[in-house]
Amino acid sequence: METQTKTEMKETKKRQAVNMTGAEAIIRSLIAEETETIFGYPGGAMIPTYDALYNFEKEVNHILVRHEQGAIHAAQGFARVTGKTGVAMVTSGPGATNTVTGLADAMLDSTPLVVITGQVGSSLLGTDAFQETDVVGITQPITKWNFQVKKAEDIPYAIAKAFFIARSGRPGPVLIDITKDAQTAQFDYLYKKIKSIRSYIPRPTIDKSSIESAVQLINLAKKPMILAGQGIILGNAEQELITFAEKTGIPVAWTLLGLSSIPSNHPLNIGMLGMHGNYGPNIKTNEADLIIAIGMRFDDRVTGDLNSYAIKAKVIHLEIDPAEINKNVHADVPVLGDVKDSLPLLTEKVNKNNHESWLEEFKACDRIEKTRIIEKEINPPTGGIKMGEVIHKVSTAFNDDAIMVTDVGQHQMMSSRYFKFKQSRSVVTSGGLGTMGFGLPAAIGAKLGNPERPVCLFVGDGGLQMTIQEMGTILQSKIPVKIVLLNNNYLGMVRQWQELFFESRYSSTNLINPDFQTIAKGYKIESNKVTNREDLQNAVEKMITHNGPYLLEVLVEKEGNVFPMVPAGASVSDIRLE
Amino acid sequence: MAIQQEFTFTIFSENHVGLLNQITSVFTRRHLNIESLTTSESAILGIHKFTIVVFSNQEEVEKTAKQIEKKIDVIKCFYFKADEIIHQEVALYKVPTEMILNGNEIENIVRKYSARILEITSEYTVIEKTGHKSETQELFEQLDQYGVTQFTRSGRIAITKLKTELLEKYLKKLDFDDIDYEDEPTSLYN
Ligand SMILES: Cc1ncc(C[n+]2csc(CCOP(=O)(O)OP(=O)(O)O)c2C)c(N)n1
Ligand SMILES: [Mg+2]
Repeated sequence: METQTKTEMKETKKRQAVNMTGAEAIIRSLIAEETETIFGYPGGAMIPTYDALYNFEKEVNHILVRHEQGAIHAAQGFARVTGKTGVAMVTSGPGATNTVTGLADAMLDSTPLVVITGQVGSSLLGTDAFQETDVVGITQPITKWNFQVKKAEDIPYAIAKAFFIARSGRPGPVLIDITKDAQTAQFDYLYKKIKSIRSYIPRPTIDKSSIESAVQLINLAKKPMILAGQGIILGNAEQELITFAEKTGIPVAWTLLGLSSIPSNHPLNIGMLGMHGNYGPNIKTNEADLIIAIGMRFDDRVTGDLNSYAIKAKVIHLEIDPAEINKNVHADVPVLGDVKDSLPLLTEKVNKNNHESWLEEFKACDRIEKTRIIEKEINPPTGGIKMGEVIHKVSTAFNDDAIMVTDVGQHQMMSSRYFKFKQSRSVVTSGGLGTMGFGLPAAIGAKLGNPERPVCLFVGDGGLQMTIQEMGTILQSKIPVKIVLLNNNYLGMVRQWQELFFESRYSSTNLINPDFQTIAKGYKIESNKVTNREDLQNAVEKMITHNGPYLLEVLVEKEGNVFPMVPAGASVSDIRLE
Repeated sequence: MAIQQEFTFTIFSENHVGLLNQITSVFTRRHLNIESLTTSESAILGIHKFTIVVFSNQEEVEKTAKQIEKKIDVIKCFYFKADEIIHQEVALYKVPTEMILNGNEIENIVRKYSARILEITSEYTVIEKTGHKSETQELFEQLDQYGVTQFTRSGRIAITKLKTELLEKYLKKLDFDDIDYEDEPTSLYN
């Protein structure tokens, strides 16, 4: 009986299948996974698929970038603001290798991506054919999963598996390498989404006894701290975090990628952890008696020296990836599972509480930081323009509710310190890999992912020149991103280290820059340049009200430094205020 | 410094191209030297088994195992201390046949070590010994007095002292009803 239904089902399947090329199947499979936007760049091994794409202009929006690195960073920006899987499509050989930086970036920052690379015909594999590279071999350590398809009939299954893996559990990039002959061959196409794979458990079941132990520690703690990581955003658990924090009264510090997981002005928000984070959460880490780490991985930029980190604290670690538990910091109580599920279990059982005096200690730290650093940075009476004051003005002008994208360097740390957020998924920045050149393409992806919200990029004069060609994508696809170039004519972050730790020997950090406004003009992007403080406010407003993409270049103080700072390898207690 | 000792990993995976590379790269990243490596089919159809021996400490081994298991196509990664498994290696030794004809010494050694002779030609004789590495090594040293011209030792194979097959228990726990891998095209991994 049962077998009969099974055969019947197989028969119906066969009837539903439609004959088509592998190339068309790639596009149809992407559409079946709700792909609306593809970032890509064509080439020899991908021409058949681009040809198929030509018939689907209504269903999918293909954004032609100017460099494959741009495609993958744009897909990352798209994924980070939408929570959907970013899709990029490139050709074999150099097209594929140009995505390597973005894959590594997405791997470290847990960004769901599906990247389709063309490959030479299967008969040429292993022969050093024109534009053949071992893409699967190269990208194996920097993808969550990768796979080479050599037959058209395997395309739907491989793509379905790719999407399932990319977006489930701890998300990450997946690469599918498809030979040219698989793209041109005809077969009977039928698509079915994948819901599970036997060798992969994306959401570990929560051990109830770990919840009990965690609740006990939380109820006893006098000086507890929540460390909020990107896991909260990836798990859509922002509300669960807030409910938990409000019931227990525990202060919340966020990591760089945890930014915007709770509103900036929430009374329990005590600011950012890490090397250039806030004074309070860093220095108090070694006074806390309980650390509740939620969807974060104790990166060395957060912990500093591990031997002198959280010395008085017990640690509860809520985490979806088993490999993160006890990797860097020992967890007294590991709570393995999706934080969307584990947080409410904790909230339900913990005692209602408040930690007024403990919270007051953070406020005292804030006052110190405010007078010694923040005031000087955002309201400097004289001297050159500070990055902090620009970022503060821009954030305020956007009513603290824009999507902030950054590149990497001093301006990135300044942005994460001085930009403010009202809602989640408002930050796109390269955390784990720290990829210069990430910003401009990521901003393009973010804007396409969320056209309703303003997208503001903060970028340095160094990083902008790493992917400046994507201004061409802005021109062609009319993408209204706001670009704030904080120009110090230096590779500022490296210069800061040279000043502090290498006796101001500025080896190869001084930049002779082009006229950025002329470049913007070439791409038909409106621009303005500010060199005097008096002109700043008007310039910011002009940028915001301008309808379309805009470059605002601000000449900032050449040798400004980001403080506070936990020197590399030092303890969080040794945070320097100047 | 944590105590360094011998650990044997038993890793079960799907039988896909490139998995060996994925697994060994986890050891390489952690600077763990692989002492021995064997791959074979497991008792369960379609599931591949890797046996890997390293010298390390409990903490490192635990982290390594989790990173291996994180690979999508790895089903399960177990690790054992020396006293938790039964293991063997096979060694082959080639000696000139004239050394055997010249006296009883080699024959005595073969008997003493419970080794056996696999093949004799007029030029060479191949001897086989199964056992722990220390045993096959000892035999090598004995035979080498008479000139071993070729020597090779296999990687370790191991079986646990547990009653049930760990992987079977694990696979049974999975709810096969919502797993649609039977739809997987058979050509996918060929
Ligand atoms: C691709 C890449 N190369 C090098 C670095 C090292 N690095 C980190 S910050 C930085 C300087 C960035 O200069 P700029 O873009 O002008 O930003 P600023 O620090 O001046 O704000 C460099 C070179 C990097 N992070 N990424
Ligand atoms: Mg600069």
